[in-house]
Amino acid sequence: MTHLELAADHGHRVAKERLDASPLAIRGLTVSYGEKPAVFSVDATIEDGSMTAIIGPNGAGKSTLLKAALGVIKPLSGTVTVHGKPLESARGRIAYVPQRASIDWDFPARVIDVVLMGLYRELGMIARVTGAHRRKALDCLERVGMGDFAHRQIGQLSGGQQQRVFLARALAQDADLYLLDEPFAGVDAATEKAIIDVLKALKAQGRTVVAVHHDLATITDYFDHVFLINVRKVAEGPVATTFTAETLQKAYGGRLATAQIEDLELGAG
Amino acid sequence: MLFDALTLQLGYNATLVALGSALLGISAGVTGTFLFLRKRALVADAISHATLPGVGLAFIVMVSLGGDGRNLAGLMLGSAVSAWAGLLAVQAITRRTRLAEDAAIGAVLSVFFGAGVVLLTVIQNMSSGRQAGLDGLLLGSTAGMLFQDAMIIAGGGAITLALVLLLRRAMTVVAFDAEYARSIGINTDRIDMLTMLLVMAVTVVGLKIVGLILIVALLIIPPVTARFWTERSELVAAYAGAIGGVSGYVGAAISASAPSLPTGPIIVLTCFALFIVSLFFAPERGVLAAYLRHRRFQRRVHIRQGLLALAQDLPVYEPLTIRLLASEGLARRDGVPTEAGRARAAKALRDEHRWHVVHSLPDYEAVSSLYDGLRDIETVLTADQIAEIDTHIGGPKGVPA
Amino acid sequence: MSGEEFVPLSLVPILIGTFTAIACALPGNFLVLRKQALIGDAISHVVLPGIVVAFLVTGTLGTWPMMIGAGLAAIVAVILIEAIRRLGRIETGAAMGVVFTSMFAAGVLLLERSDTSTVHLDVEHALMGNLESLIWLDADGWASLLDPVALEGLPPELSRIFLTMLGVAAFLWLFWRPLKISTFDESFAEGLGIRTGALGMALVIVSAIAAVAAFDAVGSIIVIAMFICPPAAARLMTDRLEAQIAWSVGFATLSAVLGYVLAGYGPLWLGGDNAVSAAGMIATLSGCILALAVLFGPKRSRIGAPTEG
Repeated sequence: MTHLELAADHGHRVAKERLDASPLAIRGLTVSYGEKPAVFSVDATIEDGSMTAIIGPNGAGKSTLLKAALGVIKPLSGTVTVHGKPLESARGRIAYVPQRASIDWDFPARVIDVVLMGLYRELGMIARVTGAHRRKALDCLERVGMGDFAHRQIGQLSGGQQQRVFLARALAQDADLYLLDEPFAGVDAATEKAIIDVLKALKAQGRTVVAVHHDLATITDYFDHVFLINVRKVAEGPVATTFTAETLQKAYGGRLATAQIEDLELGAG
Repeated sequence: MLFDALTLQLGYNATLVALGSALLGISAGVTGTFLFLRKRALVADAISHATLPGVGLAFIVMVSLGGDGRNLAGLMLGSAVSAWAGLLAVQAITRRTRLAEDAAIGAVLSVFFGAGVVLLTVIQNMSSGRQAGLDGLLLGSTAGMLFQDAMIIAGGGAITLALVLLLRRAMTVVAFDAEYARSIGINTDRIDMLTMLLVMAVTVVGLKIVGLILIVALLIIPPVTARFWTERSELVAAYAGAIGGVSGYVGAAISASAPSLPTGPIIVLTCFALFIVSLFFAPERGVLAAYLRHRRFQRRVHIRQGLLALAQDLPVYEPLTIRLLASEGLARRDGVPTEAGRARAAKALRDEHRWHVVHSLPDYEAVSSLYDGLRDIETVLTADQIAEIDTHIGGPKGVPA
Repeated sequence: MSGEEFVPLSLVPILIGTFTAIACALPGNFLVLRKQALIGDAISHVVLPGIVVAFLVTGTLGTWPMMIGAGLAAIVAVILIEAIRRLGRIETGAAMGVVFTSMFAAGVLLLERSDTSTVHLDVEHALMGNLESLIWLDADGWASLLDPVALEGLPPELSRIFLTMLGVAAFLWLFWRPLKISTFDESFAEGLGIRTGALGMALVIVSAIAAVAAFDAVGSIIVIAMFICPPAAARLMTDRLEAQIAWSVGFATLSAVLGYVLAGYGPLWLGGDNAVSAAGMIATLSGCILALAVLFGPKRSRIGAPTEG
């Protein structure tokens, strides 16, 4: 690869129109815990209506990128726009599904209470929860196959069920952009299937889905775009052209054996 | 006056108090270190407040047996018993229920203290005037310290210190990694219990001088302060002992040098002053050092990002980046790079490409993991290696001038 | 017991005790759930220096200077704790221990150094309160409740703590939803645009206000019991936050009423002739309720959530 090609690969001189069209555009984002950047100078332009997987090795800054994009952690530098507008003005259009492990599941709440939290922006601080809100929450639970669990204490759920409840809460937000932090981590096969079906249904409705993902074997089945990161951005684009042996090698380095790469169903390159 | 006090020339009582406080400070600092390293500093707060009902009960028992209710040894024994009960209660709540340790500590310290207050009013009622010695145990009172009291404090402090030294290795292992400690056959429950016993001993010994509300300060502040100065646990304990000892001695001296300077609070505030100095000015972990490091780091990040953008003719989005580039003479205020800026930018981009090559070469995996966006590639690769990598890129032709 | 005796001597302290207990228990529920129970501990320790400084600045012990002084002290304490935790990379418990003990020591020192002989302010009072002294001399029976002249003579602490309780309840009602969401899942709350930092600080300030208003009546250390014990016991009774709040209010009321009665009349029943500290007894009783909940509460154990599934 020549130098100029590499330069172009980095730069992505993206036209303003494309930035404005993107449901999530990140420019020059650097996040650091202490003295070592976890994410360095990353640009990302998520395609409207896409299903994008953020992939990269452990410690590559995948979750950090997502959290910083949402303003949950404060970046050292960088800007985030949603359809060309600042993040704050677009909060209502974004739903976020955090990692399940970050929560105290012993909290005194039932499943339906958690899903109702997703209606916060609709309800505001003091409006009463009506039957319609409850029906909406129940409907979201049905969509993830958890309709029968509405009145369970959340601590009694299995890991997969907890993850589905989190997804139901995001569905209740009725957002345009769904950001999920490792939605498939530590869940059973049935849950994984249920979650991906819901996400694909969202895409079919024209919503955008971005998920931090670990399992390279399912990328081509689940997603249409990938974003490869290893502190810096390695590549982003459609699975068909970007999820290649070369980009994976660049993102994962020697940590991904050639044999493993050969087993994957890759894009054309 | 202060000089006289520091050189122990303010009389018998002041000397007793200064020496007793110094010894108390040393044993509290050293003992507190292990509590702090185990991340359970505030258990000490529960233990110390839980001494109050024991003090009250001991007084009542001693008086009803016809003795002097203010006998320090008797009060210490009573306080130890109720502190022990408080400790067991904290443990029972955290183990048996879903409540976290903070709630258990808060509940025990307030309830025991409340019960203690009830007992104090009982004592007030049964013999007015004779509870005078008990109020002093809340905030310490050194005015009427007897030689016998000083000996008890000195003896108790010395025994505690000796036990801590004996147990320090086991306590360090448990504090660092309790599971590993269990795997090598250390009974962590027992070690934790012994640590708490020692904390309890310090609390009981300190009742007379600083009182039960402020003794916590002497257990917590010295180790926290010491932590700023060293990364080694045995040194933390040693420094904490020194800091506690100095605070005790100097605090007692200051307190003796003028009226209405109560000993307990002055000792605590002396200790706090040492803490503040350490917080700001400790060489590695201090705030000032950390701030300067962070500023340097932020500057490097912004300049690097700015250079990479300049090299690729991309707009620089952040005003801070442009300001920093300008201050280094790498760009003008309007974001147009200077000659030097262009050269540095080309170098930065080139290094970035070299890193990309490094990432894709399995031979360089170890080096690859060092990438953080900032590291100069010359610092991790030899000139020969860089030359080899450059062959993969195809020479500097493509670098924008 | 007759109205002539009960109304002037016991009614007001019982009401003050109850309102205090509820005002503290309400925010206490969130402090316990956020594993910040000891913030309540820290706040009630720093109320003393706050009030002393307010006294030194204004020369009086009026309601507002006291409230503002203690509120500011609580804010200073929380900021210091956060600063020490982050800047010094020290765990929260230790940072709290450094801050509140030092501030308390400073309060004691200032109190010793200043002339407070003209006002009712001493360390013992700050620690233990004096609920029994809040009597209603103008009353001579139940009829006084309808007598405007007698009502004029009600201790000012009563309306102060009553308004505080209403204020605390209003705060919880208004911010119920964001408080619940950010307590359960902070990063999700931030994703929604809830300013969790500011909300956490508001909770601390409201707790501080409750602590100050309560301080006068029950003393600073026993405030901690009301912050923690009723919510902790309530936590062991139910798995729903709304129900937990209700239980905590019930437990707080029970501790206050029963505690006052036991302190005032218990010794008489036992043949003694003097009452014991009501504040201390209320704290003790809240501890007894918690102990019963620990032993028998229907939801006392942790739910072991399986991770796989």
